[in-house]
Amino acid sequence: MVKCNMEVMGSVDSIETFGLVDGPGIRTVVFLNGCMLRCKYCHNPEMWKKGQNNMSVNQLVSKVVRNKPYFERNQGGVTFSGGEPLLQAPFVIEVSKCLRKEGIHIALDTAGVGIGQYEEVLENIDLVLLDIKHLTREGYQDLVGKEMDEFLKFIEVCQKFRKPLWIRQVVVPGVHDNDEYMKMLVDYLKTLKNIEKIEFLPYHKLGSEKYETLGIDNPYYDKKAMDEDVCRELYQKYIATNFSLK
Amino acid sequence: MKDEWKKFIEGLWTEEVNVQNFIDKNYKAYNGDESFLSGATAKTKKVWSRCEELLKEELKKHVLDIDTSHMSGIDAYDAGYIDKENEVIVGLQTDAPLKRIVNPYGGIRMVYQELEAYGYKLDPMVDKYFNEYRKTHNQGVFDAYNEEIRKARHVGLLTGLPDAYGRGRIIGDYRRVALYGIDFLMEKKKEDWDQLTGPMTSELIQLREDVSMQYRALEQIKNMAARYGFDISKPARNAKEAIQWTYFAYLAAVKENNGAAMSLGRVDDFFDIYIERDLADGILTEEEAQELIDQFVIKLRLVRHLRTPDYDELFSGDPTWVTCSLAGITEDRRSKVTKTSYRILHTLTNLDPAPEPNMTVLWSKDLPESFKKYCARMSIETDAIQYENDDVMRPLYGDDYAIACCVSAMRVGRDMQFFGARCNLAKALLYAINGGVDEMKGDKVLDVPAIDDEILDYDKVRDAYFAVLEKVAGIYSDAMNVIHYMHDKYAYEAGQMALHDTNVRRLMAYGVAGLSVVADSLSAIKYARVKPIRNEEGVSVDFEVEGDFPKFGNDDDRVDDIAKEVLDKFYKELCKHQPYRNAEPTLSVLTITSNVVYGTKTGATPDGRKAGVAFAPGANPMHERDASGALASLNSVAKLKYQECCRDGISNTFSIVPSTLGSTQKEQIDNLVSVLDGYFVQGAHHLNVNVLNRETLEDAMEHPDKYPLLTIRVSGYAVRFNRLTRRQQEEVIARTFHGKM
Repeated sequence: MVKCNMEVMGSVDSIETFGLVDGPGIRTVVFLNGCMLRCKYCHNPEMWKKGQNNMSVNQLVSKVVRNKPYFERNQGGVTFSGGEPLLQAPFVIEVSKCLRKEGIHIALDTAGVGIGQYEEVLENIDLVLLDIKHLTREGYQDLVGKEMDEFLKFIEVCQKFRKPLWIRQVVVPGVHDNDEYMKMLVDYLKTLKNIEKIEFLPYHKLGSEKYETLGIDNPYYDKKAMDEDVCRELYQKYIATNFSLK
Repeated sequence: MKDEWKKFIEGLWTEEVNVQNFIDKNYKAYNGDESFLSGATAKTKKVWSRCEELLKEELKKHVLDIDTSHMSGIDAYDAGYIDKENEVIVGLQTDAPLKRIVNPYGGIRMVYQELEAYGYKLDPMVDKYFNEYRKTHNQGVFDAYNEEIRKARHVGLLTGLPDAYGRGRIIGDYRRVALYGIDFLMEKKKEDWDQLTGPMTSELIQLREDVSMQYRALEQIKNMAARYGFDISKPARNAKEAIQWTYFAYLAAVKENNGAAMSLGRVDDFFDIYIERDLADGILTEEEAQELIDQFVIKLRLVRHLRTPDYDELFSGDPTWVTCSLAGITEDRRSKVTKTSYRILHTLTNLDPAPEPNMTVLWSKDLPESFKKYCARMSIETDAIQYENDDVMRPLYGDDYAIACCVSAMRVGRDMQFFGARCNLAKALLYAINGGVDEMKGDKVLDVPAIDDEILDYDKVRDAYFAVLEKVAGIYSDAMNVIHYMHDKYAYEAGQMALHDTNVRRLMAYGVAGLSVVADSLSAIKYARVKPIRNEEGVSVDFEVEGDFPKFGNDDDRVDDIAKEVLDKFYKELCKHQPYRNAEPTLSVLTITSNVVYGTKTGATPDGRKAGVAFAPGANPMHERDASGALASLNSVAKLKYQECCRDGISNTFSIVPSTLGSTQKEQIDNLVSVLDGYFVQGAHHLNVNVLNRETLEDAMEHPDKYPLLTIRVSGYAVRFNRLTRRQQEEVIARTFHGKM
């Protein structure tokens, strides 16, 4: 029997008990604090800092287990999001071990940039919601303020463990909504195995108020939101025609 | 076997009055989807379009017409029609559609107020009769009420008591008339009456008188049907007659009585047996079957009662709670979903989404998947359905029960309830702090000591509160005994009770309002610092709350347990008193739309709620305090105990934004089914489901003409949004809409 350490602590920003877009079925979404990326379009800047640990594995598990009755149909479960959940790998690992014992489906919503322990994390979860930032080294560096190597390392481990992937691409006007990038994306995704779903998320402005509240400069303060119809057309043109997904 | 019963499987039901057994032996479960359903026929469209004109006119005038020359009664009115040649099911309360009945048996003063409000005058003969010769229920009650009850009623500690209008909530087994015909039922009542022997105690005298009245009422039902050219002395021979006979029996109930809730019971499985037989015999088509159901439902939508403007403010939109229960499973776990369960819900499509009949799906984990999905789709499209947990009710009520009003379960024809409105739990808490003095009116209502601490101490307040609840339970119980004694005496529902077993089980249905306010208030006192601001008389006018505290609706045991404890305590106290006619005490957590008025009448509370602010409806968490997402909110309510404590129902109203529920219709349906399954599997009792945007409601408030059909579930019923008062609309909009960031 797998043992989990109930005492390990984590830093949790909040829990949404009724998530319906971050994985299959009804999800309890756990927002974990801390992220090393500074994506220009980030809509959760309040979770950049890891801050104090405020919740034990035991506390989090008992909250999630309460929602088990809603998970049974169509494979609902828990989704670690953030922030970047990989930064709290030991916490994620312990919570996942406990939840697995309960038969709860676990998804990891990540940009793939943590501090290692990827094997152990992936061993204990069922699905990766992988955020693709940019596919050129320069584009990546410019958008998130960090080198691309860690992301590539994480993908490699994902592939090795044959983890099902839900690819998510935030589409930012002027950055991703051009043929060149789209072709690059299609070529890249074709090299990956176990993709179950690909989603385009049009860049939106809902996070901008948070920058003001937090007193942080918003690099995209004058960036326009992505037109949802255009985004849908891009998806049709590049994804729907090139991939046969579930 | 009677000729009318050919092809039915025999059972106990052929010898005794036992509709449950007839259904059990003969119904055919349907596991398929909705693709077999038919649209409205030309006849239905004609009848419904005439009704729509009348309803529009009624909405303008508020009351279309009143019959002031007759008094309520089963056989008091001539036959009436909407559009005779196109009506396949006939019968109206009076001789014209939407013309309302005057019912003075509950109280004559109420009738004056009602008539005056709409510019009518009572026939002088009726007036004289009820003033000079006939005493009413209302007069009887006030002859017996004591000072304590009067005070509790005056300040609004006990509210909505049925002491001046019909108590309702009684469901006759209307199906009996169709299955057996009136003559057989009269014979059986005569047999019962002959067997009621022994020393003439007041109990026996009363029951013998009851049964005699029931017997005569059956005769009147037969005569009433004869006015429409039907002989209902014998059983119904086909589906059309079965539906017509059943409707006549229900119609008798709403001609005789004007109870707040005049519910239908359950008919889906019963009608389906007749429809299946006719379909198999080739004498009915699917279109015709749907036509019968559509037209039956049209009739139910036209039921009206005459109300005062005060009453309308409490319960907006002219609700009649023609609650129609559907589905569920049998005690041996077979689905009770039939094609007619679908046909009845399909009227929301064929006619339009409407509040009545109050569609109530008895939800079980084991219902067929396709039916669950159909219900979810209809909820998303119409917001007109409420769900109640068959898996917690069946062990208490068997598999042939129905819901009266919003959440009150009863075995059809075997149980009746003494409706008891509700006690304002939040006001009671203020009495514990203020020494029994009413915080709004200043009257001394209860003889209890005040708490004069600067900062409230949890243990002290809790003890004082429980002492208040003990006293309140006694007053409440006394009031209920008086009311129902007098109701039986002066406004007995002979027609409805004739369609019950003679030895009926009686339920004394107590209720509470303001539960989440009380739970949050006690939690604030326990986990934060609460300082009362007192006026010169030492009565609290406001509270200063320092620090945060757990709030009901976040799946947090620290406060959820307080809510459970309060209910448990109050129910135990109520059970200590001897109820009239040996009724069994039950409790509900329900407010309907009256949560707004209760709030108006209640001062500031220790949870930080200001004086006059609306309560949350039913067992709902307070507005916007359930901040941990929809499931945490549902989980808190699911913890309240149905079987052990609140077996008259726990109402919860849930509003969710469509896009949150999923991006495609398929996802939305799947997710809503998961929510319902997940909520009910925990033992939760009831859920009203609204799938809509706050913006839609805000727009509808400003532009009511754009949304004539917008129907929403409020607390225990559905209502057209544009018929709520402005304050009620505002309260609905202030409720938590579960959305996402």
